[in-house]
Amino acid sequence: MIRTPLRPLARILEARASGENPDAIERENLRIRHEQMRDASRGRAEGRLLILSVIFFCAFGVIGARMGVLAATEPAEPRAASTGSAILAQRADITDRHGRVLATNFETHSLYAQPLQMIDKERVAAELAAIFPDLKQEKLLKDFTGKRKFLWIKKKLSPEQKQAVHNIGDPGLLFGPREMRLYPNGKLAAHVMGGASFGREGVHAAEVIGVAGVEKYYDDVLRDPARQGAPLALSLDLTVQAAAERVLYGGMKLMNAKGAASVLMDVHTGEIISIVSLPDFDPNARPSPLTEGDASDSPLFNRAVQGVYELGSVYKIFTAAQAMDLNLVNNQTMIDTGKALRVGGFNIGEFQKKNYGVLSVEDIIVKSSNRGTGRMALQIGVKRQKEFMKAMGFMDYTPLEIVEAKGGKPLYPERWTDLSAVTISYGHGISNSPVHLAAGYAALANGGTYIEPTIIKRTGAPEGTRVMREDTARYARQMLRKVVTDGTASFGEVQGYAVGGKTGTADKPKPRGGYYDDKVIATFASLLPAHNPKYVLVVTLDEPTETSGKKPRRTAGWTAVPVAAEMIGRVAPLLGLRPEIEPGELAGITLTSN
Amino acid sequence: MRSLLYIVTALAVIGLAFWAYRENYQTQAEIAKTEQINREIGQARARLTVLRAEWAYLNRPDRLRDLTDVNFERLGLLPLRPEQFGKVDQVAFPQPIEPELIINNPVDVFGMNGGEAVTRGDSTFP
Repeated sequence: MIRTPLRPLARILEARASGENPDAIERENLRIRHEQMRDASRGRAEGRLLILSVIFFCAFGVIGARMGVLAATEPAEPRAASTGSAILAQRADITDRHGRVLATNFETHSLYAQPLQMIDKERVAAELAAIFPDLKQEKLLKDFTGKRKFLWIKKKLSPEQKQAVHNIGDPGLLFGPREMRLYPNGKLAAHVMGGASFGREGVHAAEVIGVAGVEKYYDDVLRDPARQGAPLALSLDLTVQAAAERVLYGGMKLMNAKGAASVLMDVHTGEIISIVSLPDFDPNARPSPLTEGDASDSPLFNRAVQGVYELGSVYKIFTAAQAMDLNLVNNQTMIDTGKALRVGGFNIGEFQKKNYGVLSVEDIIVKSSNRGTGRMALQIGVKRQKEFMKAMGFMDYTPLEIVEAKGGKPLYPERWTDLSAVTISYGHGISNSPVHLAAGYAALANGGTYIEPTIIKRTGAPEGTRVMREDTARYARQMLRKVVTDGTASFGEVQGYAVGGKTGTADKPKPRGGYYDDKVIATFASLLPAHNPKYVLVVTLDEPTETSGKKPRRTAGWTAVPVAAEMIGRVAPLLGLRPEIEPGELAGITLTSN
Repeated sequence: MRSLLYIVTALAVIGLAFWAYRENYQTQAEIAKTEQINREIGQARARLTVLRAEWAYLNRPDRLRDLTDVNFERLGLLPLRPEQFGKVDQVAFPQPIEPELIINNPVDVFGMNGGEAVTRGDSTFP
């Protein structure tokens, strides 16, 4: 680099010669040099600034563009991993106690129409009416040609129907996928299942909601995604339920009854193994409820749970048990049932105006004496009887996990007088469902603890509330066994199972007060085996008539008991109960006093 | 020395960038694959539900009862009754075949044959 000297000799000499100050030349040159240096460094600085501004521009441009993209696109979570979550059905299955499916889901399609896109409306209406006999051609055509832009035609389609609709080939007919509830066993346990229908419906999916039974009671549980589709296990046993339904149906037809119900309950766990109410229905096509007439005539009516009836003499054992528990009597105390019993202005009579004379407490149960239990009830008193009935669950609806259970509220007198106490002692004046009765008998059977019945599978026996002493329950069971061996339920004997039980025949109340003469509710409540009970079975027939004799017979001993015996013969082997020889009574031990 | 450091650093940056890029795309591909598998699992589950429903439908008690009725001659199935319970003693087990008793060295216990041993097979009882 050639540097211009600050004091060029030629110019200095020249300036000296002319008398000028040579320093001025040096200053001038220095100034020029400084200006050159300034220009150079400015140029460099400007270049740097330019580069920096380009970098900044690019950086801000990228950020701005990214922000613009983020603002303009659909928000999506950045993913670093894929969740392995299971794809779940909308609604959990329901199974029996051994895991056999009672209710499950099925994929199906719905059919809807968009009339605006429809080409040949007349033809579509005609062909749809041909595929679905329940649709009317005129109505469809009216819907298609009207103002509607959208209409549902069918909520569920079978694959064959779907293909047939496909073959119509009109762009205005559209399918939407959805799930439906399927009960593969048909009518089996229909009243427990209840049924399901669609809630909010969309084109792409529809909400399946339970409308009755356990489906409605556990609607939110079945739909809870946190359960990961774990099936709901009921306490029912599919095989036992099927056998019980068949036997009960046969019995109902043989006995000319208009309805029937049965409850089979495990006495230690309170689980209901089978619960039947006839007539029944198919939950896959749940019938609509009756709009007129008696609701209890509808097949939807669950007689075992909702049917609260005065069940009659089956309650006598509770009176006897309570009297024994309070040490008022023992099983051999003699009570005069021959004497007329007049309470609150009413005479208490026996069945067919019989007179049994002096009977022991045991024989009062065996012969089913109204006056005998009435006298015991008077000794017990109103207050204690009421408390006992409450403890046995006879005054609240059953805690069964189906919505209908709340409909089975027992009926009992507001004012519990002495007369009420006497009539309630033999099962009149208090109305309960067969499930109530089964739970009460289970308390006798398991040694005196009341266990709440349940329809859900339990693990282990829950701790019940003690309602009577263990020995009281044992004496009560011996009495019940005697009813079968020597008393009114002689048809109930099933060899090898030592059935114990009590019959009850109650006149049906008329809707406007009073009782029918020829309409009864026949009930048989039984334990098996009586010496070591495992199950309680209650069979109830509504308006049975047994016509093999000269006169029609309606008592439970002739109607409900044979049906129950047949049911025990069918069901007990399925429950794994081996027939066994009943242990005999210990010789030489006689109870002389309490 | 310094420029070598620069070059090495730049190469390392390029290398790491390439690695990160590849890992990123591999992850995306794996996620896509997992989702595909999840979809397949979902479809398989749906199929399984249908099969289970069908199994339950075909095994419904009504149908089985009808089938046993129709095939009674071949199967002879009846509802289980209490009488059908038995005891193990009642089962006719096949009799065990006992081996024939073979006597190899008979001993003369009578001493009536003049010391002659009883030969095998013939009974020489008096």
